[in-house]
Amino acid sequence: MSQVQALVLNMFEQGFLFAFLGLGVLITFRFFRFPDLTAEGSYPLGGAVAAALLVAGTNPFLATLGAIFAGAAAGLATALIHTKLRINNIIAGIIVMTALYTINLRVMGKANTPLLNTPTVFGDVAGWFSLSENVMTTIPIAAAMLAIGGLLLVWFFHTDLGLAVRATGQNETMALSLGVDVDRTKMVGLALSNGFIALSGALVAQNHGFADIGMGIGILVTGAAAVLIGEAIFGDRTIAVWVFAAIVGVLLYRLLVALALRLGLEPIDLRLVTALLLLLALAIPRFRRRILR
Amino acid sequence: MILELHRISTTFLRGTANAVKALDQLSLAVAPGEFVTIIGSNGAGKSTLIKSIAGLAPPDEGRVLFEGRDITRLPVYARAAAIGRIAQDPAESTCAVMTIEENLAMAARRGQARGLRLAVDDRARERFRAALAPIGLGLEARLAARVGTLSGGQRQALALLMATISGSRLLLLDEHAASLDPKTAEIVMALTARLVEERGLTTLMVTHNMQDALRWGNRLVMLHAGRVLFDARGAEKAALTVPGLVERFHQVAEDKLAFRR
Repeated sequence: MSQVQALVLNMFEQGFLFAFLGLGVLITFRFFRFPDLTAEGSYPLGGAVAAALLVAGTNPFLATLGAIFAGAAAGLATALIHTKLRINNIIAGIIVMTALYTINLRVMGKANTPLLNTPTVFGDVAGWFSLSENVMTTIPIAAAMLAIGGLLLVWFFHTDLGLAVRATGQNETMALSLGVDVDRTKMVGLALSNGFIALSGALVAQNHGFADIGMGIGILVTGAAAVLIGEAIFGDRTIAVWVFAAIVGVLLYRLLVALALRLGLEPIDLRLVTALLLLLALAIPRFRRRILR
Repeated sequence: MILELHRISTTFLRGTANAVKALDQLSLAVAPGEFVTIIGSNGAGKSTLIKSIAGLAPPDEGRVLFEGRDITRLPVYARAAAIGRIAQDPAESTCAVMTIEENLAMAARRGQARGLRLAVDDRARERFRAALAPIGLGLEARLAARVGTLSGGQRQALALLMATISGSRLLLLDEHAASLDPKTAEIVMALTARLVEERGLTTLMVTHNMQDALRWGNRLVMLHAGRVLFDARGAEKAALTVPGLVERFHQVAEDKLAFRR
């Protein structure tokens, strides 16, 4: 396998798994317009719950579903703190993120849970077609799951409830005066967002073969960078374009990070690369506007 | 009476040196079908009055009754099914990043459960087109356009339709034509009068334009320092003129001040 081929395959495999994170961050970052730090805890929570359940012998699909629900519960906790106690949404996210660190350790019982001999959703689905789990089977499986997740999200944001969730983030005064119980829609939005993020953590853990307490560090910035890269390319259009842009953003982010490593940078340099990518993604739209003028 | 305000008081920055009494034991009863125009100088309490009825600024004291029910502390969203409100800033009553049809779909679900049903289908579009066409601004051909691309007047016209599309019974207008140019304001006011008439809406309209206050509605209330200074309806209102109104203002204001001393 050539180096370029490996690079591209890695981009798609890791990109599709991380794309769920991008979709989750899209909901809070774009629709609710605040960086929800719950992600830093709900992403490893997804990995921890899935790992603990898998080790206990649970079916991989049920284990993944359990991770989604755990993530949704974490989002709900942040929303409850924000709406019922009237605490700033960023602070609420930080509180839940902090609490989740301990909870994740408790769920796993240790800092790292290896998943070497447990079944995974990728292995199971590949097995249906009498194939084994490898990068060539994981890519189409992850892509199919992502397509379903993305379509469900686009559909949701066109339903009555979905419109109410969007309006809550974009114009709370209007939502209220149109009879939307904004406390409830915030709970729905944050639960949905963190459900997606935890799903990403659960899939990555199964793909990498372990869940680790540190896997969520800096994950919000990764998601935000991906969303912003996508937006810098596709601009601000329909919901479907937003969702598609977030996915492309994650893929590009993964590619750029992999390229940076190939160019000789070390893993410890990656945060600097991420920060620069974030800055670039934020600067491009402004720059583009200036050129058009 | 559809709306009764019993001695409501609101003080902003209460307990500080800068405390401002926006409403002072104000009482007002509005009968079904009345179109009340509300005038008063800056700080008279006009907007606070509207906000206490809409639930955005519940009064510190007193009671607000709507159709006989005490709604003083009811959350804003819980009264939205029956009460529509439009503010001066078009950005407040419509959502810029959502399309015209999405805004209307949100408004049409007022007071109903919002579930996982597609918000806009062909039947809804048909209904929205039929509702938009009589406005005469061509919005019926732009259902999928984002509201942020519309002019201020178009947005306020859309807001009017949104406030009335799902059977509200009380319409609160807080200087909703004030930020528009005179010609657009005229269109929006004509649309307001038509919708109020057609749907038999009880309406409270705050305006700083005395001409508008005289021209529209069938009752006029003048506020001053958080109280009702002057209240005219029917023939008495019809006979009012701008100079007459100014004179009444000075006369009553002086009487009240003298009385207070």
